[in-house]
Amino acid sequence: MDNYGQVVTGRESALATNKVLRNTYILLSMSLIFSAAVSMAVGISQGMALVSMIAAIVLVWFVLPKFENSAAGIAVVFAFTGLMGLSIGPMLAYYLAIPGGSNIVMTALGGTGVIFLGLSGYALTTKKDFSFMGGFLFVGLMVVFGAALLNIFLSIPALSLAVSGGVILLMSGLILFDTSRIINGGETNYIRATVGLYLNIHNLFVHLLHLLSVFTGGDD
Amino acid sequence: MDMWMKIASAAILGFMLWRLWPAANHWMKHGPKGSKKDWQTAIIALAAVVGFVILLIMMVR
Repeated sequence: MDNYGQVVTGRESALATNKVLRNTYILLSMSLIFSAAVSMAVGISQGMALVSMIAAIVLVWFVLPKFENSAAGIAVVFAFTGLMGLSIGPMLAYYLAIPGGSNIVMTALGGTGVIFLGLSGYALTTKKDFSFMGGFLFVGLMVVFGAALLNIFLSIPALSLAVSGGVILLMSGLILFDTSRIINGGETNYIRATVGLYLNIHNLFVHLLHLLSVFTGGDD
Repeated sequence: MDMWMKIASAAILGFMLWRLWPAANHWMKHGPKGSKKDWQTAIIALAAVVGFVILLIMMVR
């Protein structure tokens, strides 16, 4: 009887995990399409892009926690991803305007997709728990944020390149970390999981685009 | 970049650092520790990403 109980509990847990995973990927794909459409459709200035980013940060840190357990959380996710899409609009317009820019943008987009699908597939098939990377990833994020903060005023091209390389590695690690947390039951809220994975993909794309443009001479 | 935009960007990053610190501290002190084999598994995946990014750079050059 005890064994039967354990089997039933295990099955229920696996079903719940699959549901979180399925809902996360559905919401993630819809929010990515929405974000991409907003970034291409609405043309705004750099100043407004910064304001959009600030609004997105306010939403994700102060509004989302209040709605993450209700259906209203989905609307907050779309508002957040729309604002994030809006914030990269001027950057995309800049890259698309330079010679060969569309090739760089498409390569960065494809590369981001391959990295995300590859790492998610790796975490899903191995079912390995990558939560041991948590300390390393969070400290790494603090280091690159600190370096990026310094570089706003120093404007050293090599440091900018190092920050982009570091962010690509950290976002790749975070894709493994976040996906394994969903699989292993560490994350049970698909709205939070979607926002986490969306941020990983967004940052991966932005910094891959920067790295590729530097090596093609399109950026400093 | 205008000076006000530099200051605003720096303020955002500073705020993110301040918000991230408790999580980083928690994961450093209480997060699970990986074995050598665990780290090897993660490093293989990250090395594949590095190789793929180098390939992309070679493609666009």
